[in-house]
Amino acid sequence: MVGLEHYLTVAAALFVIGIFGLFLNRKNVIIILMSIELMLLAVNINLVAFSAYLGDLVGQVFTLFVLTVAAAEAAIGLAILVCFFRNRGTIDVEDVNVMKG
Amino acid sequence: METIILFAPLVGALICGFGWKFIGEAAAQWTATGFLFLSCLLSWVVFLGFDGETEIIPILRWIESGSLATDWAIRLDRLTAIMLIVITTVSALVHLYSFGYMAHDENFKESESYRPRFFAYLSFFTFAMLMLVTADNLVQLFFGWEGVGLASYLLIGFYYRKPSANAAAIKAFVVNRVGDFGLALGIFAVFFLVDSINLSDVFAAAPEIAETELTFLWTSWNAAELIAFLLFVGAMGKSAQLFLHTWLPDAMEGPTPVSALIHAATMVTAGVFLVCRMSPIMEFAPSATTFVVVIGAATAFFAATVGLVQNDIKRVIAYSTCSQLGYMFVAAGVGVYSAAMFHLFTHAFFKAMLFLGAGAVIHAMHHEQDMRNYGGLRKKIPYTFAAMLIGTLAITGVGIPLTYIGFAGFLSKDAIIESAFAGGTGAAQFAFWALVISALFTSFYSWRLMFLTFWGEPRGNKRTHEHAHESPWTMLAPLGVLAIGAIFSGMVWHKDFFGHANEVGRFFGVPYAAEAGEQAEAAEEALEPDQPVSELSEAYEEGHYVFTGQPGEGALYIAPDNHVLDDAHEVPAWVKVAPFAAMLLGLALSFLFYIVKPDLPRRLAENQRPLYLFLLNKWYFDEAYNVIFVQPAKWLGGFLWRRGDGSAIDGTINGVAMGIIPFFTRLAGRAQSGYLFHYAFAMVVGIAVLLTWMSITGGAE
Repeated sequence: MVGLEHYLTVAAALFVIGIFGLFLNRKNVIIILMSIELMLLAVNINLVAFSAYLGDLVGQVFTLFVLTVAAAEAAIGLAILVCFFRNRGTIDVEDVNVMKG
Repeated sequence: METIILFAPLVGALICGFGWKFIGEAAAQWTATGFLFLSCLLSWVVFLGFDGETEIIPILRWIESGSLATDWAIRLDRLTAIMLIVITTVSALVHLYSFGYMAHDENFKESESYRPRFFAYLSFFTFAMLMLVTADNLVQLFFGWEGVGLASYLLIGFYYRKPSANAAAIKAFVVNRVGDFGLALGIFAVFFLVDSINLSDVFAAAPEIAETELTFLWTSWNAAELIAFLLFVGAMGKSAQLFLHTWLPDAMEGPTPVSALIHAATMVTAGVFLVCRMSPIMEFAPSATTFVVVIGAATAFFAATVGLVQNDIKRVIAYSTCSQLGYMFVAAGVGVYSAAMFHLFTHAFFKAMLFLGAGAVIHAMHHEQDMRNYGGLRKKIPYTFAAMLIGTLAITGVGIPLTYIGFAGFLSKDAIIESAFAGGTGAAQFAFWALVISALFTSFYSWRLMFLTFWGEPRGNKRTHEHAHESPWTMLAPLGVLAIGAIFSGMVWHKDFFGHANEVGRFFGVPYAAEAGEQAEAAEEALEPDQPVSELSEAYEEGHYVFTGQPGEGALYIAPDNHVLDDAHEVPAWVKVAPFAAMLLGLALSFLFYIVKPDLPRRLAENQRPLYLFLLNKWYFDEAYNVIFVQPAKWLGGFLWRRGDGSAIDGTINGVAMGIIPFFTRLAGRAQSGYLFHYAFAMVVGIAVLLTWMSITGGAE
């Protein structure tokens, strides 16, 4: 029987993978975007799992909204990336430091 | 009418001070002077027509705050009436005199307008002084008290280009603050105890105050003693009594009319007026009045000794003023307030005249003030000489002994010396001898001034002597009027101020008992159980009257057991002659020193060098104060400035702005690496910390 714990474990694993994706990657900004998506999905799994567990549909409705927003966000992120590449000619993480204080 | 007396000088000051640009300088001056003469005329009408009944004329509601409620009102009684004529008369004459004296002043440039300012200050001073003497409550009195202090400050520092004048002005202001602190504390104490500052209420509560204990500083005091003492500290400051006298001689930096008006005739007598005004409290404070006597006598003696050797003509008169104020305080201290007021009254005339005369001499000698450069001016300026001579005769107390015929000072000074002798206590005995010796010194230095100035050979700059000229009529007319006062004011009002108790009582509106039966009744009413009836009847058998007024009834309160006034009339003949003999001796010595053997003073000064220097340097009071108060204050100021303000406050601000904040900015700047994963890492750490914290503390539960 697949219980709540299993879902949560998967979600946590996905989240940690996302975090490591953020940290360990020094090459490509696209991978950072993908890692963020991964973390977002982990949260969504949590929402759905709890929704099913508590018998409350609000969680699943919420998930749909989050997915929509995430899609928009990913589109904007990629658009920024394209602009950035055109301006700087690179998307290496090492070189993306214009926000330096 | 009283309102007009009070506000005419203020209107004059405002028009003269602010309006002179529109109406012109001369018109402004005449406006101020005209209002003063109006005020003066009405004052004489009030004084001569006054019947002794205390009258309160409300002007407006002034303060309403909690239980403190008071009117702005005029309290018109005999004391006020006397002060009114003294102030307005001298002030009006000084205004007139200033036309001549201030006409050309080398301290100001040709095109500068200083005269309207001077007249406005004089008029403002007069207003403040009238405010002081007409006050119906202590705060109003305090207002006037500070107002005259301000006017005095402005006028001492009138020659603002002279550093010495500015220093003297500040000194006068600061020394007066010391006294005013005492006065303010006294007023607080009165309000604390009586819950009112209206003089009527305070006087009515005086017997109650005398039985109250008040904790102040480290111990508990009799409230009446404490209040009397604190008020007297205020009086000491204003009236330049010993220990707070140092400002008065320096105040001579101001123009001479100012010295005559403020620092001789009116403002400095405010302290005497205060003591007399508060007589209902003073009568219940035997220790405080003893203190008054001692300080007064010591001041009279001290100032007279210093006056002996001063060379500046104005300083001699300034010390003379200081000394005469001491006389007045002795009289007030032994309980003969009327004699104090008498001397205040006559002194105003002859001292104002001496000062104005000295001003005329200075004017004639082109602002030379050193008497060593005078000499032989008798023929050059005869009218001024005559005026100064009358003033000197008045201050030294020339008259026919054992009669009531003599110059003003003869009657009033003798009244004080007799009162001091009759005072009975040890302090009064000390005061008696101090005053007799002071009378000798007074005579000596006054005649020394006369001999050095008007007799002998002309000394100093020859050209100045050749150009010495008599003053214009505006300066001579006031001298003439004051001369009349200096000659006759003593004889005319002697009975009223220093007659028998019934005459004084009638004059001041104080009830007195003429019969033994009434006396005993009144004494019972006055609730004086410790007063044996036998003593009263004894007093009656000797034909004495006793004051029976309640505190606050009439202008003065004299306790039923205060017989000093009566006793003063019964003193031995030698006491009555003593001041006259002292005066003659002083005159003879002065004549010997400055006419017969003019080289004697120099030889004496060389022989007795330490004593001479001691007197010349005014007993080293200024030097001692410099070491004790001024230097520590300066050191403290320097310390607070360098260490406190410079190091602590500026240091903190500079340290924070230039050290600590930049340090944190650099730290925060380094955290902003620009790398996304750093930010992400910070977020994750944040989440981890938050989770840990919530798990440990129990979080949602």
